[in-house]
Amino acid sequence: MRYLTADAKHPVRFILNDQPVEGNAEPRLLLTDFLRREIGLTGTHVGCEHGVCGACTVRIDGASTRACLVYAVQAEGRSVETVERLAVNGDLNDLQRAFRRHHALQCGFCTPGILMSLSQLIDEEPTADEARVREVLSGHICRCTGYHGIIAAALDVLAERQAGRHV
Amino acid sequence: MGMVGQSLERVEDLTLLRGGGRFADDLAEPPGCLHAAFLRAPVAHARIEAVDVSAALALPGVTTVITGADIARETKPFLSGVKVDAPQFPLAVDRVRYVGEPVAIVIARDRYRAEDALELIDVRYEPLAAVIDPEIAAGDDAPLLHNDAGHNVLHERRFRYGDPQTAFAEAAHVVETTVRYPRNSCTPIETFVVLAEHRPGEDTYEVTANFQGPYTLHTVMARALKVAGNRLRLRTPPDSGGSFGVKQAVFPYVVALGIAAKLAGRPVKWVEDRLEHLAAATSATNRVTTIRAALDGQGRITALDYDQLEDCGAYLRAPEPATLYRMHGNMTGAYQIDNLAIHNRVVVTNKTPTGLMRGFGGPQVYFALERLVDLAATRLALDPMELRRRNLIPGEAMPFTTTPGAVLDSGDYAATLAKAVREGGLEELKQRRTAARAEGRLYGIGYAAVVEPSISNMGYITTLLTPQQRQRAGAKNGALATATVSFDPSGAVTVAVSSVPQGQGHRTVLAQVVADELGIDPGDVVTVTDHDTLKDPWSIASGNYSSRFAGAVAGAAKLAAERLAKRMKAIAAPDLNVPIGDVELVDGLARSISNPDNVIALVRVAAKAHWSPLSIPEDAGAGLRETAFWVGRELREPDEQDRVNSSGAYGFIFDYCGLEVDPADGSIRIDRYVTAHDAGRLLNPALADGQIRGGFAHGLGAALLEELAYAPDGSFLSGTFADYCPPTASELPELMILHDQSPSPFTPTGAKGLGEGNCMSTPVCIANAVADAIGKPVLTLPLTRPRVLELLGESEPADPSPPRPAIITSSGNGHALKGNGSHIVPASPEEVWAVILDPDHLAALIPGCHNLERTGENAYRAEATLGAGPVKGRFTASVTLRDLDPPRALQLSGSAAGGLGTATGQGEIRLTPVEGGTRVDYFYAVLISGKVAAVGGRLLDGTARGVINQIFTRLADSSQSQTEPKTETMPSLRSRLPRWLGGAP
Repeated sequence: MRYLTADAKHPVRFILNDQPVEGNAEPRLLLTDFLRREIGLTGTHVGCEHGVCGACTVRIDGASTRACLVYAVQAEGRSVETVERLAVNGDLNDLQRAFRRHHALQCGFCTPGILMSLSQLIDEEPTADEARVREVLSGHICRCTGYHGIIAAALDVLAERQAGRHV
Repeated sequence: MGMVGQSLERVEDLTLLRGGGRFADDLAEPPGCLHAAFLRAPVAHARIEAVDVSAALALPGVTTVITGADIARETKPFLSGVKVDAPQFPLAVDRVRYVGEPVAIVIARDRYRAEDALELIDVRYEPLAAVIDPEIAAGDDAPLLHNDAGHNVLHERRFRYGDPQTAFAEAAHVVETTVRYPRNSCTPIETFVVLAEHRPGEDTYEVTANFQGPYTLHTVMARALKVAGNRLRLRTPPDSGGSFGVKQAVFPYVVALGIAAKLAGRPVKWVEDRLEHLAAATSATNRVTTIRAALDGQGRITALDYDQLEDCGAYLRAPEPATLYRMHGNMTGAYQIDNLAIHNRVVVTNKTPTGLMRGFGGPQVYFALERLVDLAATRLALDPMELRRRNLIPGEAMPFTTTPGAVLDSGDYAATLAKAVREGGLEELKQRRTAARAEGRLYGIGYAAVVEPSISNMGYITTLLTPQQRQRAGAKNGALATATVSFDPSGAVTVAVSSVPQGQGHRTVLAQVVADELGIDPGDVVTVTDHDTLKDPWSIASGNYSSRFAGAVAGAAKLAAERLAKRMKAIAAPDLNVPIGDVELVDGLARSISNPDNVIALVRVAAKAHWSPLSIPEDAGAGLRETAFWVGRELREPDEQDRVNSSGAYGFIFDYCGLEVDPADGSIRIDRYVTAHDAGRLLNPALADGQIRGGFAHGLGAALLEELAYAPDGSFLSGTFADYCPPTASELPELMILHDQSPSPFTPTGAKGLGEGNCMSTPVCIANAVADAIGKPVLTLPLTRPRVLELLGESEPADPSPPRPAIITSSGNGHALKGNGSHIVPASPEEVWAVILDPDHLAALIPGCHNLERTGENAYRAEATLGAGPVKGRFTASVTLRDLDPPRALQLSGSAAGGLGTATGQGEIRLTPVEGGTRVDYFYAVLISGKVAAVGGRLLDGTARGVINQIFTRLADSSQSQTEPKTETMPSLRSRLPRWLGGAP
């Protein structure tokens, strides 16, 4: 285990969206602040900083994680994926396209976190039903949409992938 | 086919879905930018006796600390809607009046450092009595918030329309009820963000903030900063993470950060955190309404009488008391009621100041009115829907002027109601209710009929003045909206509006509207949504509020595009060799109507206007840019009889729902919810439905879950999203949406607002259904499980382990923390006693204790850092020991204060010799207020238990090391730890 001193900055290296990144962080620096301010990827948003709203959700080694509850130094050596990773060769992926089709976002502030949680669900539970989608989505607060379009989009992608139409 | 009316996918999504949005906190910070953090009041009401910032200033990385004294010197108090002596500054000057009120600003190299320094500011408060109940605050002997105002009621007016007195005297039935609408907030997921710079040479402030308007507040901000409007350059970012009215309330921080930048001599940025937002950003008003209706024998409502007591929190912050007057013209709801009396009072209490909130005034009015209509139906033994139908304003009467002056523009309310009944399956719900009741289940159906105003008249707030006062002040009216449409030399079209979208899809809809006028593909239109008060057209009504986009702002864009289209035709006509009247714009072409083969590309027409301005007809004008101002001609100032057309357009909503109450746990399951809207012409039906679903979610939250709660001492209790609970996907039922479309004759697009309606209709619709289900009146919200159980006559289960002694008999003030337990310590009572009374030894046992000193006989002063849930802070505690009975028992009492709040409490410790050591029994009862009560309330019991367990663990460890020989004969202490940790009650 690394020993870190509170007052000093420490080097942090991890894989971010398939690319190695490095920077320096005090031990108390949150991963959200590291991603947004050190790396400059602002797609991960901060909504509550206490782990309830889900806007800051990223995937760490594939698992949806609140980046506001993780210190940057804890990402050392891990693989982190953010919303910026989702588009494929510059094109929206199937979940992003379904979000647009179903009007699953309005202000778009909570959306990146929701996309990351649903990405994990779709990857890992291809047979998830509406109840399961709602359950996963309950870890997020969206104040604009009433969730209707989000649920429809997720179910649409699950059905598409089941039918083998995944792009 | 026209683009308006189609459910186009949103252009916004292409960027937002990639995480590419440019929200306020995503924008580049200027070099040298510093970061601000606010110190906030931990108590609801106190005089500030002294503020010592020296330790904070000494912290490396801190450049500036600003206090109320600085702010009082640098700014003027904010203007408000009522002229009273209750000044408000962006920081508390000599008194704090609500928990969370800003007291000081620390400016440091980063936010972390700034928050470190907050802990080091020492503020001495002299507590004052707090009042949070509006009815108590309105009393003559209540604690005064603003001494110079002389009373907590800062505004009072009575209105009379028709002859309500006679109507009540002659009524066949009079029904009355008193309801209390709670505090709630729409809590956008993006919090407030302000980035300010000050240019001392010209005394100019440049501020970027996620402000949403109304731009009336620009004047308020500039005045507070003591500069002319053109020296406060306010910019808004391209994207905003929701607002729902809330981001109106960022304006005091624009001023605070402007001064911060000035005094620090550097750019300063502040991002509000969630606790700050929930505790201190803004709130809907809570309101106590006593409402009476007079009815004739046929169930026709002949008169209404409102007594409204509006609680605006600690200050009347602009544009308040607008919440109370926004609905003024449509206080008769969807009904034709000829006589009306209104008594309005505005009171201040020790709570966060209120402001714009989705539904603005509507939820409060309709919770009273539509509850009353249900009570009237019960009284007259009429079906509640039938009673509503009998009173609806008839469609043929439109446009209809209501008794208090609203000009209801269009709609056939009865037809929309009938459609809802037919297509929503009301009969089926009634059958389900019958079946459920036959089984003894609690199933109810509720209704709500609502008129939804949109496009606020800038003069409605002046209804609070007497006609004489209005005459002196000068008329205020209209709802100026502005939009600019231009062709650039490449023939591409750009649209800019003085609205600040927060997720509604303005860019998509404006492209649709403009594309239709110019005959182009909406995908080729670029809309700019960031705004700059120095460079973009705007006026006081600018901004994104009162559902003014579809009617007013899109309307202005339509007018601008129409003018531009006319000029494009004038330029093309000579080239097509036809008269202007024979030119149409379609598919990117200017085309002869009579000979469709005769065309010229708009790209060429635009290029010609730019490259050969001398070659186009003179009357086509120069420069292909049109800025249109739409005024809202029907929005006159209030007349001499106080009648006011308070809004530009009025939609209609009829809602009903079926739900079931579970008497076992008080939970509510919504079986079906139907909402039928007539919001005029729908510009993009998918986006319209999105607005309705969003409004419904807010309405449902207000009905069932959300409340900004305060203890009677003013402690704020809803500081996290685990305490303030917006609905999640698990709580939201499916929603059936139905539409009628009666175009508004008064807006250029024929559209009316529709995003706020369900905030007005849904809370009361659900309340009516619950009342129907349980057969008891529902007079306040939210209908949480405990409240439903209370209504059912079932109390919450009693606390299974009441504290001994019962020092705290109610949890009325702050958060009451109480507990007891016992631990076995492997040492003799004498040894344990010695440790407890030895400051050095005791300090080592208390987690986070920095310092513990004896200040007198049996009196101690301790400094410790403790955390609860998401917060952690330094406390200074004074503890006194009493009734010492060595080595058997002692009593202790004390208080603690720190950045996280204050605590007072008592406790007792008893030592009993047992086999293997000493049994330590303890109990405690502590009252906690301030931040820790707001955010850690749920967690405090667990935290306290954890701290106590740590103390005993350390005591055990220390006893073990002191009494080494004994350990051989005793079981391993470590092996007993798990039992201890779980051993507390």
